[in-house]
Amino acid sequence: MSMLHLVNKSPYENNNLSTASSIMQGGDELLLIEDGVYGAVKAGKASAMLEGCTVSVMGPDLAARGISEDKLADGVNVIDYNGFVELVEKNDKVQSWL
Amino acid sequence: MKLTIQVNEGPYQHQSADSAYYFAKAALEKGHEIYRIFFYHDGVNNGTRLTTPPQDDRNIVARWSELAQQHDLDMVLCVAAAQRRGIVDDGEAERNGKDATNIAPGFRISGLGQLIEGGVQSDRLVVFGD
Amino acid sequence: MAEETKKFMYINRKAPYGTIYAWEALEVVLIGAAFEQDVSVAFMDDGVYQLAKGQDTSGIGMKNFSPTYAALGDFEITKIYVEKESLEERGLTLDDLQHLVWEDEDEDWAEKDSIRLVSRAELGEVLAGQDVLFNF
Repeated sequence: MSMLHLVNKSPYENNNLSTASSIMQGGDELLLIEDGVYGAVKAGKASAMLEGCTVSVMGPDLAARGISEDKLADGVNVIDYNGFVELVEKNDKVQSWL
Repeated sequence: MKLTIQVNEGPYQHQSADSAYYFAKAALEKGHEIYRIFFYHDGVNNGTRLTTPPQDDRNIVARWSELAQQHDLDMVLCVAAAQRRGIVDDGEAERNGKDATNIAPGFRISGLGQLIEGGVQSDRLVVFGD
Repeated sequence: MAEETKKFMYINRKAPYGTIYAWEALEVVLIGAAFEQDVSVAFMDDGVYQLAKGQDTSGIGMKNFSPTYAALGDFEITKIYVEKESLEERGLTLDDLQHLVWEDEDEDWAEKDSIRLVSRAELGEVLAGQDVLFNF
């Protein structure tokens, strides 16, 4: 039993990433989409919340926002929409932190 | 995998309608089944055919209609949410005495039970919102 | 053959009135009650404000839907999780929230509390045990 957690807002706008990362269980995965991708930038304070989490980030959303992959926190996987579908399939439920 | 997708926001205002579309498209291309796409809250605005975006922008509503036609998708606008926001089909126009309809091809208006049923019948519910 | 019963969880994280999410989420919970699934509702982050006592919307022209939460027990929705950290962070205690109860048919309709005050860690475990998570 594992859960895919979706976060689509910047951690500098609201507490969605903070809530998600603090409630995740072992084996869960986190996927940052839309403005959520700002949370994966290594130099940003919020990236500390990703420690210990398995994190993926939507490549098309990164590119749209001008964030190059070398700016990301260590261990973050960059995926596309196919990868998104695969994560939904791999985990047995999805929680969108809206 | 059988999926139900819930879309909580209208087009253009939020990226969620775009994310939901690209996710649905990828899932279909990978051979998964989409049991239903349920539009709730301002998400019902994805289903008005009166949308007229500038020519150099994507047409989110038409894009949904095409996807529905290609894959025979069940795209449902919540009736309570649609009534509040003025999305009308023939049945709603007649019931509520409206002089026009604006529902886009491929969409239908139905009750919230359709969302719950999607949760019951599908392997996954994926929610896109604000 | 009876249909499979799933564990449904409705998660509320938004305050009422400022946006419609809380009200339309409650509509889903009420409709969903007819489907005989194993239903839970959680209130966390700003969602805890939805259960605040003493809501009076007469000055803003909106419907006060807060009394509906007290009717959830009649719809056999008896598992209402409220996150402790979210209350504390906002300077609230359970006394600031409506007292929600349900009547237990198996114990001669004894009135029981619906609200279960849980820590974030405990809520995490509750979420992990669900099948379908609804968010608004």
